Amino acid sequence: MNMAPLVDGSLVVLILAVAIWTIAVRDSFAAVVGYAIYGLMLALAWVRLAAIDAALTEAAIGGGLTGVLLIRAAVRLRPTESVVAGDSPAWFVKALAAVLAGAVSLALAVVVLTLPEPAPTLAPQVAEHIASTGLGNAVTAVLLAFRATDTLLEAVVLVFALIAVWSLAPDRFWGGRPGQHYHLEANGMLAYLARLLPPLGIVVAIYVFWVGADLPGGKFQAGTLLAAMWLLAIMAGLTDVPEVRLVWVRIALVTGSAVFLIIGFAGVPFAGAFLAYPEGYAKPLILIIEAASMLSIAVTLALLVLGPPERRGQS
Amino acid sequence: MSALATLIPETTTAGGFLLVLALVLPLAGVFAALILGGCNARRVAMLTIPLGLALAVAIGVELVQTGQTVIYLLGGWAPPLGIALRADGLSAAMLLTTTVVLLGVALFARDDFETPENLREARAPFMFWTLLMAVWGALNAVFLAGDLFTLYVALELLTFAGVPLVSLEGHSETLRAALRYLLFALLGSVLYMLGAVLLYGAYGTLDIAILAERVRPGMLCFAAVALMTVGLLAKTALFPLHLWLPPAHAGAPAAASAVLSALVVKGSWFLVVRLWFDVMPGVVTFSAAQLLGGLGSAAIVVGSVVALRQERLKLLVAYSTMAQIGYLFLMFPLAFDVSGNGPVHGFALAGGLLQVISHATAKAGMFMAAGLIYAALGHDRIADLAGVARTMPITVLAFALAGLALMGVVPSGAYLAKKLLLDAADGSGQWWWTIVLQGGAVFTAGYVVLVLASVLRRRSEPLLLVSRVSRLSELVALALSAGSLLLALAALGPVPGEFVSSSFAPKEMGVLLVVFLGGSLLASGLSRRSLLGAAGANAGVMRRIAAGVGESFELADGVIRRWQFASISLLMLAILFGGALVWGAPPS
Amino acid sequence: MSATTLFGLCGALLVGVGIYGLVVNPQPLRKILSFNLIGSGVFLLFGVVARRGAALGMGGDPVPQALVITGIVVAFSATALAVALLLRLHDASGTASLTTKESPEPSDT
Repeated sequence: MNMAPLVDGSLVVLILAVAIWTIAVRDSFAAVVGYAIYGLMLALAWVRLAAIDAALTEAAIGGGLTGVLLIRAAVRLRPTESVVAGDSPAWFVKALAAVLAGAVSLALAVVVLTLPEPAPTLAPQVAEHIASTGLGNAVTAVLLAFRATDTLLEAVVLVFALIAVWSLAPDRFWGGRPGQHYHLEANGMLAYLARLLPPLGIVVAIYVFWVGADLPGGKFQAGTLLAAMWLLAIMAGLTDVPEVRLVWVRIALVTGSAVFLIIGFAGVPFAGAFLAYPEGYAKPLILIIEAASMLSIAVTLALLVLGPPERRGQS
Repeated sequence: MSALATLIPETTTAGGFLLVLALVLPLAGVFAALILGGCNARRVAMLTIPLGLALAVAIGVELVQTGQTVIYLLGGWAPPLGIALRADGLSAAMLLTTTVVLLGVALFARDDFETPENLREARAPFMFWTLLMAVWGALNAVFLAGDLFTLYVALELLTFAGVPLVSLEGHSETLRAALRYLLFALLGSVLYMLGAVLLYGAYGTLDIAILAERVRPGMLCFAAVALMTVGLLAKTALFPLHLWLPPAHAGAPAAASAVLSALVVKGSWFLVVRLWFDVMPGVVTFSAAQLLGGLGSAAIVVGSVVALRQERLKLLVAYSTMAQIGYLFLMFPLAFDVSGNGPVHGFALAGGLLQVISHATAKAGMFMAAGLIYAALGHDRIADLAGVARTMPITVLAFALAGLALMGVVPSGAYLAKKLLLDAADGSGQWWWTIVLQGGAVFTAGYVVLVLASVLRRRSEPLLLVSRVSRLSELVALALSAGSLLLALAALGPVPGEFVSSSFAPKEMGVLLVVFLGGSLLASGLSRRSLLGAAGANAGVMRRIAAGVGESFELADGVIRRWQFASISLLMLAILFGGALVWGAPPS
Repeated sequence: MSATTLFGLCGALLVGVGIYGLVVNPQPLRKILSFNLIGSGVFLLFGVVARRGAALGMGGDPVPQALVITGIVVAFSATALAVALLLRLHDASGTASLTTKESPEPSDT
């Protein structure tokens, strides 16, 4: 008996149910916890769509890091939540919004059902050219070779977002440490986990990064894992967040993009174009870019979760 | 058909590498500022922006000399697998305008954002210079990228660089304005991306030039165009999606307001132009373009009237931006020819482009002038500006010239733009846009006259200044305003001379007189206080009716700018655009 | 109906659910959450487009799959900025509301 339709059907129903619940539930904390669960279920949907790279990214960033970010915010906003929740709109506004949102969904559903057959695809073109990159993972080849510009700009997006977050610091704390100070509870569960997991996490991250050239995985997934390990150590109080004025922090943020740019420009004399790789050197160069990017991504993601400087550095 | 669409299969052109440099230079500047830190951020900006200006000029020269779109295939991979950077005349003009305005802003803000000597690094100056280059990098990516997804990333870069400029001063009101801006902009970009996803699903590419050849009118294309258009309109703050603009642009520091108003909103406008003229010329319809123009007209009327009701100068200028954004959308209906075919690259597009350049320079100058007045007086209450003209003549002159330029007085860029659009309206038999184009100038005259009447008033006691403003800043504001006012002379090269030949004819002077008189009437009727300072006790019936009209516009604007109203408007517009595309589509 | 189409319809519905939440919920944190729901719905649609393009032994068209990864990272950055802005507003004004309490319309000063 083929169980696949049943699995897919129940997954879709579950995803929609949790999504509606996160919108409908009154308590914001419950909603954001629901969202983290939603992220994990969505990762399963990605597996079912044969997009393992996207599944890993969704689980790590969409579910994991976004979940941590939203849960921290919900906790901090809790005291004033009921005041704002009182501004709920009148029933006819809700009804109108429901009708319009429904119309958008309906139009999209019609479009989904009428997508052309056979579906257009770039898979043959990727297959034709992937050999020149020396990579086995087609998604990595798209990210680091065919559409390297997007990946470069996306690293820039992370840096811009962090600059924007830092710009929100109160003047007196500029240059200081982001987020609150976590005190170490030497025998606490968190401290225990924070000692146990990071070595493991780092090994797994390096593995995920390394196989990313040929199998699902790569710098984002690995970088997110490293960021999570670092955040764990910070939240357990084992280590503190560095001050944002420190030069090594700044260098760590831009290393990935800088290496990307340098190798990109080296491509002009050696391979005939910006962001092109010389024959036979593509794979090692891509691995160098990915390694540098992984570290920058890890630092940037963790600092994005921690927010703007909120206390003085010297303490 | 599209100028870009004829270039397949394509290769990197001779000057293509210039595009890579234009894309990377600002980003490298941001990285350098981040690492070098402190007061070096300003040095990096002061160094890279002139370099960028040289690059923009070089790209323009390359374009004019070869007469062809400048192309660079990134990584050597041709679309659809790879991504191309492309610069046509539109991109080159925008690149140049952006760097000129940024150079002006950098000079203007040189002293305002100086790191104090006792600090290694101070937040506001460090952030300002870094964000200035960030905005620049994002805009260059928007102007050059030839791929809908790369453009999505570029749009997000622009949002992330623009939002913190709004809240640079950190007051709770500016933080709230920044959050509203961010949330609405995010909704806009996610709708834009949704449209791009649908297009990939149907055509297997995100490349603008290839899509232009493949798209066919149909349900999917209509949905994609409607979603992408409203998404971009939300980011451009076209009426009725302007909820975030007035508080955001009025709350930012003057130099940041100048950047936001002159440049940032133009990024998403530019993509609407790309989408309609270069990707979807065969899909967009006459009726959808009428809708876009209609929203623009509403923006002009509502923005101008509410501007007249403001008591604070910076808010008045912000509402004026809202009205001017409306102007930028009048070119869409006018790009259709008599039989409703289009949009075509014609005088309407040239007029729209000229309008955007005029507005970018004039509005930057105007925000700078408003900021200087605020800095000198410690307030910007319009009613208390008497005597300013005498104390700060250069600043007031800058404001006045910017106002004249926006009104479209000869020989401003806006004048020539209006001429081109009027010609397009005549040629395509759309007489109704003539009324909007001419009437819009009267509204602009209204709020300019209102401010000038206030600053020109004599003051019995001496004006108390809380700080001295830098002469350089005043001159920069003046230069940008004057540049906008003289733009038609510079633009004469590519535009036929017949448009300006009759500039000083009695007819033009007559129109100018009507504009001024009409504007004065509007200002004296609709503003909160009577123009001449006479109290409301002996006001006539007309004045009371006019005041009532003004008040109701203000109330309406307040309702329209509520989150629920604006987001529901956005959804309705998506459906309306979809309908207008289906309705006007040729039978298949 | 194929599994791919089923997930496509799921994506279409998620977009609608997210849009509804973004319009009606007055709390900015919930709007941010709704934005993420819309985003994930859009990505899921892109995943469906990718899956439909499966060819030559690849489970899906790798180009949209790669773009989804980029999109998820960009959406996370946006969320982080929005949350930071919201918390800062909360600290500075004592409320996390998008509108000021004194007047029903947004305050402009």
